[in-house]
This record gives sequence, structure tokens and C-alpha cells, in this order.
Amino acid sequence: MSRRANMLFALVLAPVLALISSGSALAEEAQRWAVNLPKGVTPVSNAIYEIHMIIFWICVVICIGVFGVMFYSMYAHRKSRGAVAANFHENTTAEVVWTVIPALILVVMAIPATSTIIQAYDTSEAEMDIKITGYQWKWQYEYLGEDVAFMSELSTPESEIYNTAPKSQYYLQEVTEPLVIPAKTKVRFLLTAKDVIHSWWIPDFGVKKDAIPGYVTESWTFVEEPGVYRGECAELCGKGHAFMPIVVNVLEKEEYNAWLGEKKAEVAAIRELAKKTFTKEELMAKGKEAYDRSCASCHMGNGEGIPGVFPGLKEGSAAVGPVANHLDVVVNGVAGTAMQAFGGQLSEVDLAAIITYERNAWGNDTGDVVQPIDILKFKQGQ
Amino acid sequence: MSASPVRTTLVKLLFGAAGMFLFAVFVMPPLYDLFCEVTGIGGKTAGPYQVTEAGVDTTRTVKVQFIATNNGAMPWDFSPKVHEVVVHPGAPTEVAFYAKNRTSRDMVAQAIPSLTPFNATEYFHKTECFCFNQQPLEAGKETDMPLVFIVDKDLPRSVKTITLSYTLFDVTGRTTDATDSSNYKEPFALLN
Amino acid sequence: MAHGPAKGIGRWLFTTNHKDIGTLYLWFSFAMFLLGGFFAMVIRAELFEPGMQIIKPEFFNQMTTMHGLVMVFGAIMPAFVGLANWMIPMMIGAPDMALPRMNNLSFWILPFAFALLASTLFMEGGAPNFGWTFYAPLSTTYAPDTVNYFIFGVHIMGASSIMGSINIIATVLNMRAPGMTLMKMPMFVWTWLITAFLLIAVMPVLAGAVTMMLMDINFGTSFFSAAGGGDPVLFQHVFWFFGHPEVYIIILPAFGVISHIVPTFSRKPLFGYSSMVYATASIAFLSFIVWAHHMFLVGMPIGGELYFMYATMLIAVPTAAKIFNWISTMFRGSMTFETPMLFAIAFIILFTIGGFTGLMMAIAPSDIQYHDSYFIVAHFHYVMVAGAVFSGTAAVYYWLPKWCGKMYDETMGKVQFWVSFVGFNIAFFPQHFLGLAGMPRRYADYALQFSDWNMISSVGAFIYGAAQLLFMFNVIRTIRSGTPVSEPKTWEGAEGLEWTLATPVPYHTFATPPEVK
Repeated sequence: MSRRANMLFALVLAPVLALISSGSALAEEAQRWAVNLPKGVTPVSNAIYEIHMIIFWICVVICIGVFGVMFYSMYAHRKSRGAVAANFHENTTAEVVWTVIPALILVVMAIPATSTIIQAYDTSEAEMDIKITGYQWKWQYEYLGEDVAFMSELSTPESEIYNTAPKSQYYLQEVTEPLVIPAKTKVRFLLTAKDVIHSWWIPDFGVKKDAIPGYVTESWTFVEEPGVYRGECAELCGKGHAFMPIVVNVLEKEEYNAWLGEKKAEVAAIRELAKKTFTKEELMAKGKEAYDRSCASCHMGNGEGIPGVFPGLKEGSAAVGPVANHLDVVVNGVAGTAMQAFGGQLSEVDLAAIITYERNAWGNDTGDVVQPIDILKFKQGQ
Repeated sequence: MSASPVRTTLVKLLFGAAGMFLFAVFVMPPLYDLFCEVTGIGGKTAGPYQVTEAGVDTTRTVKVQFIATNNGAMPWDFSPKVHEVVVHPGAPTEVAFYAKNRTSRDMVAQAIPSLTPFNATEYFHKTECFCFNQQPLEAGKETDMPLVFIVDKDLPRSVKTITLSYTLFDVTGRTTDATDSSNYKEPFALLN
Repeated sequence: MAHGPAKGIGRWLFTTNHKDIGTLYLWFSFAMFLLGGFFAMVIRAELFEPGMQIIKPEFFNQMTTMHGLVMVFGAIMPAFVGLANWMIPMMIGAPDMALPRMNNLSFWILPFAFALLASTLFMEGGAPNFGWTFYAPLSTTYAPDTVNYFIFGVHIMGASSIMGSINIIATVLNMRAPGMTLMKMPMFVWTWLITAFLLIAVMPVLAGAVTMMLMDINFGTSFFSAAGGGDPVLFQHVFWFFGHPEVYIIILPAFGVISHIVPTFSRKPLFGYSSMVYATASIAFLSFIVWAHHMFLVGMPIGGELYFMYATMLIAVPTAAKIFNWISTMFRGSMTFETPMLFAIAFIILFTIGGFTGLMMAIAPSDIQYHDSYFIVAHFHYVMVAGAVFSGTAAVYYWLPKWCGKMYDETMGKVQFWVSFVGFNIAFFPQHFLGLAGMPRRYADYALQFSDWNMISSVGAFIYGAAQLLFMFNVIRTIRSGTPVSEPKTWEGAEGLEWTLATPVPYHTFATPPEVK
């Protein structure tokens, strides 16, 4: 009973709550019952919010006027009240008036709309460029000119999605590695896609742009407030469409520079790690983790795939065939299918771990162990 | 009721419907390409350019960025040798893209250009480009693929950065005719 | 001429009678409405709570795709073709449609098209999973093999629609009773005449789009693949060049129906008849020049963005004129509120809301936020369901007594209306909130902050779904055991040739054309 009362209360108060979302408990409640656009944290998102509200209120006023007349007639001109029908059915003046007035209202709407879309399109004078590539079903971020690039994919475990574990706070809105950008900096995004069309959307930035295979589109942002912002893929891109969120971590400029330095060091460290020899247990453990993240969405956690769409990895598959072929498939992909070339996406360590895992999991006991150095050798000339 | 006016209407409408079908398949795609060429939508740069006027505008510089993407399961290494160059409009500039066929089979690739901002597309001229032809590469081989371009002196002053993207597609086993983008536009060359 | 219908199944298989074919279309569309509705129930059940409970994401995509295709091409379009078949000859004083044998063919290929489409659900690889808008390359390079069945199905549906439209145009242009000039035609006939021209113009474009897909998939062309000099964005241009007129194809006949019901129950002639005709024609014209407002985010040049924004906003003018005309028709009328009128009034209110959200999305900068979110889902369900489906329901209640000579149960009709109205709004109004708060469309699963509105929306959808079973019950009960009526005019305020005929309408009507003053 009290839950229902709460719900009713929240329903009535949802708009109010959304407006005064200051306290944290209140903010969470407001977010749950959000009914309006977020105002956002960039000049463009603010401008969009303004225009959205202007047009919303114009529509509300027109609705009240139009429906007011209609409801009045429904009340006053009822047959049961003894109303006798008039016989007029034409009035040129009225027709002209209600053609001209809406046209004028539209002109009023078009003015701010025009300036805002021009603003949203102005990608010039950007201080830094990030290339965003949409994959089925993850994003790759590449800092142009910095030699830093990484994949960002869903980190919510399958157990939460299939309800065997409780859902955490950022269910389906958390990623393995967020995009990091500096605050108060004009950042230009160059979007493209690897396979099908995706669309990169952060509501708080007022940024949404299609990523189209073969072509580059651009967008930009200028974030005032450091913080973590979350968004998602907005263009249907296959079965993982709902499972490729976007997280952007906006840092103060100095913190950003420190992060960039660390990131570059990390790239070097990963290269170093590739020369190390791992035990089979280490590879299996790493492999399961990496497999669940990068492979399980198609081949499924149990390696059975989806019949007719994605092949299983058990008997008769590449995973139990010759090692060299297995390497080729994983590193270079399979032309004309959804199997991507993972050689450029994952580290040698992850690739070695995944291949070892696939060759030994789910009763595939081939006993083969593939080391990162094998991957490196394979990549460098068979 | 006379059958003949009905029949006339029927025939006219059937022709209309058939006409719309032909319009969709045979007119809309080339029309769209023409439209893209005129407006720069999609940043599709044109074919080989003949230098018509010499002279370099040394009063300003333009930054040209290069990015490379592999489509789908394309397993080659593919990247620009330099990430960006700063050029004067009018000056021919040569850059190269590195490609390596990592696989154990001979392959053929086609690079598709795309340029932003769109309003710079018609001012970006390529005199030589690996994207004009399909690029075969034997198993395990690597190569530097050249690109020579000139930024037109008439480039709008508001444009200070041009980004040129190439996406590499695996076209192994597809015939040249069907995939050569310059052939595709030929029927409309007269209109340009 | 004076023989009645044939007996048994042969009557329906070989019939060339416009009333029989209209009936076939209506029952077929209702069956498809239930099938598409079932898909919707699966979708809403899965979205009841966050997490995947009932189906897998890949099946979810098949459900959204099939729901869209079945509802648009199987339920709404054939429903209005059915109404056209029944009513147009009766409204213009013609004995039948101009091309009766083609009429039979255009109906009977439809069940095959949908059987083919539905059978893909049971094939390896599953049904089409790329959305009803089937954007390339998801629908070409990355599509399941069943895409070829889908393409064949779309071709058949297209052929059916084109034949249906040719028939309607031929009938309206050639078979009007003496004295019925074009500007004396009832609104429903006018809206259908314009719709039929739209169909003939754009269904071949859809056929062209799927043909190009077929070639890309099977014959190595590259219309939509960048690898060979094509462009995936070209697909969207071709699709929406069909798709935008398509949404008016769906809504214009609904406008026609409302333009009959509102005057009848206001007991007052339709206000601004000629402006209604011109508004319909200008909406149809504008529909051809605004398609790219569905593509504001593909990276058009700013000039294109602005042009499509302004042109789209312009559509609000003739549409608003229609709303004002209906309200002026009610003003100083003598109104009663039988079931068809209730649905018509709900249509006006909800369609206006859907129109306003459409206007909001026409604003290109705001569309950055609305695009492909649940806001658009809410918008098009307000115009498709509260628009087209409500008016179709209204039409059935309005004309059913005339068709079969039995009166429906008014209380039951009103119950169905209120359950539908409440269920519809609970289902779709919160979807505006979800979209604004940032939930994209076609999501099989969602973040936790969207849980509550989704649950409410699902509850509403189940209520709305249940109301349709009530509708079926009402219609069947009326046909089997409704109170017999025999007045030519079922409704006191009804005007037009169809109401001069006997009730129930004889199998053959207007063997001699009536005289129109």
C-alpha cells in the first residue's frame, strides 16, 4: 500500500522532482522518474534544452486553446442539452486566419532553431580530435596524433543481464574503459564505423551522430563540468545494440594530461608483457575473462554459438583444428562474415589467453597452450 | 459503363508505377552521386585532377589530417605514414599510407575516401591516389601507397583543418568493373 | 446481375464483389493486427523489467522488425483498402470497383506475402532482424539469409498495394454517378484518391529499394556498399523517399473517416470542405519533399539540414487547418457521443499530440536529442495507433450496422473505447519521458533508471492489447446476434449516397446509377 502511495506521489511530483534534483537521494529518485530532457553540460545541450522548452510551451498553449474550444462545444452543444445544430460550413476569413497564424508561429520557432543547428554544426577551431569507430558491439577511441587508442565495451557481466546476479547501479551503462577528455576544451569527434551504422549519443552533451561504415561524420563538444557522463548507441546495429554503452570521463586539463601520460606508459608496458611466458592456468583465467568480454556476445558463454547465425566453437570448429588456422581466424577475422579481425583490437596477451581458453574450455581439451609471443610471431610474418 | 476509359486509366497508372520503379533503381543512385559531388555530402572526393592553374597561396596554411580505418574483417595493417601535414593552398603535397597484408593469402583492397568538412570536398584535389585503383597485395607483403594532393586556392577561408579518411575494404574476388568507383560515375561525366 | 453470393469457400476465393473483397481485407487486416499485436506483447513483456527474462536480444530484434512490418503493411494499410473497397463504390454511386478481377488478385496475394514473411520466424537464422526501416548494411551484408524471403514478401505486398490503388483511381475517375463532380465527392473518397496516387508513386520506389538490396546481396552490385562506390546513406534516401509519403498513405484515409464521423454526430455539415481537399492535397505534395528529416544525423550539409527542417515545419500548416475544420464542425452542432464519435474525438486529441511531437522533432537541433529515442516511438504510435487504428475502429463501429443490418451493443462499444483510450495512453505517454531521459529505441534491455516508466508502459500495452480482444468480441457478437436494424440511415446525422441504400446493404447496389443533384 505504501509503495503504491509512493508511486502515485512520485508520478504526480515527477516533474517537480526533476527540476529540484539537488539532494542525492532526491536526485536518484528524480532520475528514475525523469520526464524531461537533461539540461546537459555543454553550450549545445543547453541551447537544445532552451529550444525544446520554448516549443514545448508553445505547443501546450495551442493545445489548451484548441482543445478548450473543442471541450466547450462538447459541453455546450450537446444534443442532450437541447442544442440545435447551426448550418454554417464555410468561412473564408477564419480559414485564412488559421493558415496565417500557425505559419507565423512556425517562423518564430524557426529562428532559434536555425541558430542552434548552426552552432551544433560548427566543428571548426577544435583543440583536439578523437576518432570514434563503431564496432558490433563496442566503440574504439583513437586520440589523433597521440598514438593512444583503445576499445571500450560493456563491462556489465552476463550474470546481471540474465538475472542470476543482482544488478549494479550502472547496469548496462558501464564500460571496460571510458573515453577520457579534458574539461573546458573544444573536442572534435570524427565518427566512422567498422561494419554497420551505429550512432554515438551522450544526452548530457547534446551530441548524437551516426557512425557510417566507409564515411566520416563529425561532431564536437565543450564540457564545462568535469564528471562522468553516460550515453548509448542510438542506431539499430544488430543483437548487441542495447549492449554497447558509452561512458565519458571528463577531467580537469592537468588531470587529463597526467592520464594521457599514464596511458602512453601503459601501452609500452603491454608491449613488454607480450614477451612474458604465462602458465596455462594464468592463460585460462585471463582467457575466460577476455572471452566473456569480447567473444561471448556471439559465440555465447558456453561456446555453443547461435545456430544459423554464429558458429559454435566445439567439435569440428576452428577451435579444435590446427593452431595456425585458429590463430588466423582470430587475428585476421573471416572475410564476408561477422567475425572481425581481432589482431588490431586486443593485446597479444588477451589474444593468446582467448585462444588457449577456447582450445581447452567446454570439453575442448586439446591441451594446446598459446603464448603471447606466438601471437607476435604470427603477426610479424607467420 | 464503358470499359475503355477504365482501361486507359489502368494503362497510364501501370506505366506510372513502372516508371517510378525505374526511377528508383536507375535514376536515384546516379542522381544522388551527382548531388553528392555538387554538395560534398559524404565527403566523397572526385577522381584524378588535372592541374589547371599553378601558383601557391603562401598567405595562409591549412592543416590536413589523415585517418585510416579497416572495414569489417579486413585484416591488413593500414595507417597513414604521417598523421597530419600543414600545407599552403595550391602547393602539391605527397604523402603515403602504409599497408601490409598480414594474411597467408593474396588479397585485393579498395580504399574509399571521405572528407570533412563537406564544404571543403570540392576544393581538395588529388592528382595521384591509391584510392583510384584497387590495390592487390601478396600474402605477407607490405607497401607504401602514395597520395598526391593540392588544396585549392579558393578553399573558403573559414576552413582551417581538413580531415581525409580512408576506409579499406576487402574486395578480393570481386570484378574490377563492379567496384571501380570512377566507372560508376561515368554516365554523368557529361553533366559536370 | 440480380444473383446473390455464391455458396461456400468458393464465394471468397473467386469473388469479384467489392463488398466481399472489402470484408476479406478487413478480416485479414484484423488477423494481422492481432499477430502484430502479439509481437508487441512479447516486446513489452520483455521490457517489463530490466534484464533479459523471456527472449534473447537477437529474437527481440526480430520481434521489433516483424511488429513494424506486420502492423504497417499487414494491418493498417489493408484495413483502409478494405474500407475503400466497401465504401467507395457506395459513396460515388458505382455498382462495383472498376477492375473487379484485379481486385480479387490484389487481395489474394497478400496472405501469401505474409505467410512467407511469418515463416521466416521458424527458419534457421530467424526472421528479419534489421528493423522495419531495414537500413543497409545491416540488412544487406550483415543480414540473415532469410532476407531474401523478406524481399520477395515486400515485392508481393507492393504489387498488391499498387493494384489496389490503380483500382481505386480507375473507379473514382470513371465510375462516379452522373452529377457527382470531383468537388462533390465525399471526403473519404477524396483522401483515398490522393492516397492511391501516393501509393502508385512510392510503392515502386520501395520495390526499387529492395531490388537494389537483392542485387547487392546476391549479384555483387554495390548500390549500398561503400566498397564498390555505393553508399549506405543512399539506402536511407531511397527508403525515406518511399517512407515519408508512406506515413501519409496511412493517415490520409484516416482523416477521411474522421471527416465523415464528426459531421454525422455533430448533425452539421463538414466545415470547410474545399479547404479540407486542398489541405489533403498539399500534405500529399509536401510529403515528397521532406524525407530527409528522418536522417538529420547522417551528416548532411547544414544547408540540407535547414531546408528539410523548414519544409517539414510547413506541414504543420495544412494539418492544423484540418484540426481546426473538425473542431469548427463540432462548434454549434448538436452532438451525441456514440462509440464512433468517441473514437473520432480521441483521434483528434491524440493525433494533435502526435502532431506536436512531430513538430518538435522537425526542429533539427532538438532532433539531435529526440532522434532514435523512445520519444520517436511515442510520437509515431500517437499518429499510427491513436491516428490510424482509432479511426479504423471508429469506421467499423460507424458502418458495421449499415453493412450487416445489425446494431452493435453501445455499452460494449463504449467499454472498448475507454479501455483502449486509457490503455493506449498508459502505454505510450510514458514513452515520451523515456525518450527524453535518454532511452534509445529498439533496445532489448535498458539501464535501471528507465525501469519504472517501462513497467507502466508495459502494463498499459497489455490493457490496450486486451481491449482489441473486446473489439473482436463486439464485432462478432454484432454480426451473429446484434439487434436488427433496417432504417437506411443508421445515424440521424449521416449524409451521403451510402445511406440512401437499404440496410443491410444488398449484395449488388447501384445497378442503375443514382442522380446526384
